[in-house]
Amino acid sequence: MVDIPVDTRLAARRPTRLEGLRALARSNIYFAIASIVVALFILSATFAPLVSPHPPLDQDMAAFMSPPLTENHMLGTDSFGRDLLARTIYGARYALAIGFGAVLIGALGGLIVGVAAGLSGGVTEWALMRFIDALLALPSLIMAIAFISILGQGVDKVILAVGVALIGPFSRTVRADVLQVKAQAFVEAAGLMGVKRLAIIWRHILPNVIFPLAVQATIRVSYAVLVSSGLSFLGIGVAPPTPDWGLMIAEGRSFVSFAPWIAGVPGTALAILLIALSIVGDGVREHFDPKLRKQG
Amino acid sequence: MLLFAAGKILQTLMVLLIVSAVSFTLLKLAPGDPIQIMLGTEYSPEAYTSLMKQLGLDRSMIEQYLRWLGSFVTGDWGVSYVSKAPIFQFAVVEALPVTLTLAASALALSVLIGVPLGVLAATRRGSIWDAATSVFTLTGTSFPSFYLGILLIWLFGVKFGLFPTMGFVAPWEDFWAGVSHLTLPAITLSIYFLAMIVRMTRANLIEVLEQPYIAAARARGEPNWRVVWVHGLRNILMPLVTILGLQLGALLQGAVLTETVFSLPGVGQMITNAVLNREYGIVQAGVMITACLFITTNLIVDLAYPYLDPRLRPR
Repeated sequence: MVDIPVDTRLAARRPTRLEGLRALARSNIYFAIASIVVALFILSATFAPLVSPHPPLDQDMAAFMSPPLTENHMLGTDSFGRDLLARTIYGARYALAIGFGAVLIGALGGLIVGVAAGLSGGVTEWALMRFIDALLALPSLIMAIAFISILGQGVDKVILAVGVALIGPFSRTVRADVLQVKAQAFVEAAGLMGVKRLAIIWRHILPNVIFPLAVQATIRVSYAVLVSSGLSFLGIGVAPPTPDWGLMIAEGRSFVSFAPWIAGVPGTALAILLIALSIVGDGVREHFDPKLRKQG
Repeated sequence: MLLFAAGKILQTLMVLLIVSAVSFTLLKLAPGDPIQIMLGTEYSPEAYTSLMKQLGLDRSMIEQYLRWLGSFVTGDWGVSYVSKAPIFQFAVVEALPVTLTLAASALALSVLIGVPLGVLAATRRGSIWDAATSVFTLTGTSFPSFYLGILLIWLFGVKFGLFPTMGFVAPWEDFWAGVSHLTLPAITLSIYFLAMIVRMTRANLIEVLEQPYIAAARARGEPNWRVVWVHGLRNILMPLVTILGLQLGALLQGAVLTETVFSLPGVGQMITNAVLNREYGIVQAGVMITACLFITTNLIVDLAYPYLDPRLRPR
């Protein structure tokens, strides 16, 4: 440890505004790059049939486990001779559809439970809060596994299982927001003016809760993608031969000693998407929540 | 103090009770008739009704739940359909120690490396160290652990042949074999926590170092290392322990994935196999074990606050 003399500490503290500006610009560049990356993933997922060099399930009998940069297969093929680039591009469809779908379900469920808990009060609120506690006592992946064990495998079931597993965290933040809005003067004023309860909820409380919820949702997309690809990696999420990244990574795990690209291509795609999504999520949160700005 | 602790413990038991009720309901919702599965080819209507009576499945849901809860608490978790072994033995005696060893080594690794890294970043803000740690925390918190595990297997297991890539050896039976088997899984599982701890240490320490008592300590002429490592660290202990308690869920779910990557016979692999074999009793046992671990740890964290921060001791 270097002993810091007092005067340099003062000097270091003074130009905070400049530093802050620079940090913001820097974070904006990260944010800009990350947004472009996410947009590219979304575009290639949407236009997968146009972008992809091959259909994702086509087998090339002449090229099993060929390494990247093989002729006709830029990123190589898997153990069934399927083109890894094609499967990874189609895999983006599943990753994003599952991620956004699950977050939508989680946010919607969280909105309902959270608003109910925030507005009800009394025994109902207490019971709902304990229910939320119980939901939060289980990690999302474990809860999703429990739901999958009942629902069975499949894309729609993964969306549902991960979505339901996200209800707990969402409902807790929604309830906190509801309590905050409920305490404000305009809500009380509306009540005193004789505005109906449902109208108050619809016109005053919901609009003030929806926006922070949307910010929360942006942050949790990457988490939903991570949990769902984890489920597929465990072999209990999306069923083969669907080109799901988690599944592809699991398939590649067996061949890691002689064909590391089989796991490497989808794994790198997943890692890049997750990092980009979390930068975008952090940026959105920082931008809209000044309270969080000072945390590094 | 005692009252505070008793209240916390009561609240914890309450949540556990609700979790058990929810997981019991889930089990009841599961498709497939357990009696038909247990009877298999010996199925006949008479056998069916007698077994149903024997298992108490003809009683009301609440009665069934209470009976199940009673036997659960006493360690009678039923028998696996597949291996015919008692689930308690399998889950708690065999699988749980594997998961706990993995989780504890990952946690130790991330605290031992993460705190010094965070201190380094916080005390040298704007340096290359700080920039490097900020890139690391960003990638570390969002990198998929199971892919990281495969990368480590490829690099250290296949390319360099330094570590075994599969299976579990208990460190208390063969210490060095255990450690070498645990190295890659522990690193895999620890990355997320390492990044999280670095980030938390840095952010909190920066805030703490701006407090008046730090300036006072410096004014007294205390050496810099003492200011940072004693006064500084002591005051970030609270937020650090809180975050560790809250993130334990992430540790447990990371352990599930890590166990699958490295074929470790822990709770995670137990649950995954149970889902594939449709053994709902084991899934339920896994869910209850996870919930108990998570809730108990948070209880301990709550109870530890007054010891970590004397200002929180009730007077």
